[in-house]
Amino acid sequence: MSEKPDPKTDDAALAARNAALREKLSARSPQITEDAGPDTSTAKSGIAQAWRLSSEFVAGVLVGTGLGWAIDWFFGTGPWGLIIFVLLGFAAAVVNVMRASGQMAPSRLHIHQTKDEDRAE
Amino acid sequence: MASNPIDQFKISKILDLQVGSFDFSFTNSALFMVVTVATTAAFLILTTSGRGLIPGKLQSLSEILYEFVANMLRDAAGAEGMKFFPLVFSLFTFILVANLFGMFPYFFTFTSHIVVTAALAFLVIGTVIVYGFYKNGIGFLKLFVPDGVPVALLPIVGLIEVISFLSRPISLSVRLFANMLAGHITLKVFAGFVTSLSSLGFLGIVGAALPLAFTVALTGLEFLVAFLQAYVFAILTCMYINDAIHPSH
Repeated sequence: MSEKPDPKTDDAALAARNAALREKLSARSPQITEDAGPDTSTAKSGIAQAWRLSSEFVAGVLVGTGLGWAIDWFFGTGPWGLIIFVLLGFAAAVVNVMRASGQMAPSRLHIHQTKDEDRAE
Repeated sequence: MASNPIDQFKISKILDLQVGSFDFSFTNSALFMVVTVATTAAFLILTTSGRGLIPGKLQSLSEILYEFVANMLRDAAGAEGMKFFPLVFSLFTFILVANLFGMFPYFFTFTSHIVVTAALAFLVIGTVIVYGFYKNGIGFLKLFVPDGVPVALLPIVGLIEVISFLSRPISLSVRLFANMLAGHITLKVFAGFVTSLSSLGFLGIVGAALPLAFTVALTGLEFLVAFLQAYVFAILTCMYINDAIHPSH
């Protein structure tokens, strides 16, 4: 009997493990769950999400470009400041977008992590 | 009736005022800012002046507004963040009322001008930077150093974090301004289709039903956007203030 657990207790155990994991995750990253609360309501409207992500991305690239251009202008470092800072700005833009979207879809993250943990066991 | 969809954003002087070489003219934009502040203040003062223990309808509305912003700030920045409640509440009501005023025909929407939204965003980021350094001293710079990054990568990651931080006021202002601008232009263009199509005779009038339906739907969407953008501005302000209070991620 113990070798073949019946599905009912298996489900209960899974639910318990799920709850424990959620608790652990929220304890580990209180920042994300706190921020995520209000954002889920805005995520309902896809256009709002699109605006949010695109503006985050554009702003990152713009700031990088502006910084690089200003550095070139002040120090006369040729095109190098612009080249390097456009790339850094691009990276910052990706960071921005990942942060914004990560805060918007915390539930999906939970599901993925639970599945991964199950597979590992 | 050829109406340019951009015309509605034109700034016009109501009262010419020159101080030295500076132009301090009172414009239609300034007029609507004054009207927005006056309406908000008058509404809040008048509805709460009764101080009913059991609030009436309007007093409930004021209290709901207060509770809404207070909960938002408390959730995002903790009890310590309540110091900034006046700032967040003013920003939220200012933007919300301005956006909703913009939904009246012939009214001027000053949140569709990037100079206004950028000023608001830089006010927020300026507050975050000043308070962050005042509260945490040099420890505020921990904001730019994520946990568990190898020392070799630190300069690059730090630089990226700095750019990411500097892009906040830009994205904050661009989002609000672009939303309002695009929404109002779209409304105007679709409404323009109705008039130009219906001048084409019977088939045109039948065809005009489609853009008319769109205009009605878009108006509803614009009301949603007006609220949503004020909300997004306020919630992001709360999150940035949270960074100033607790700089370690």
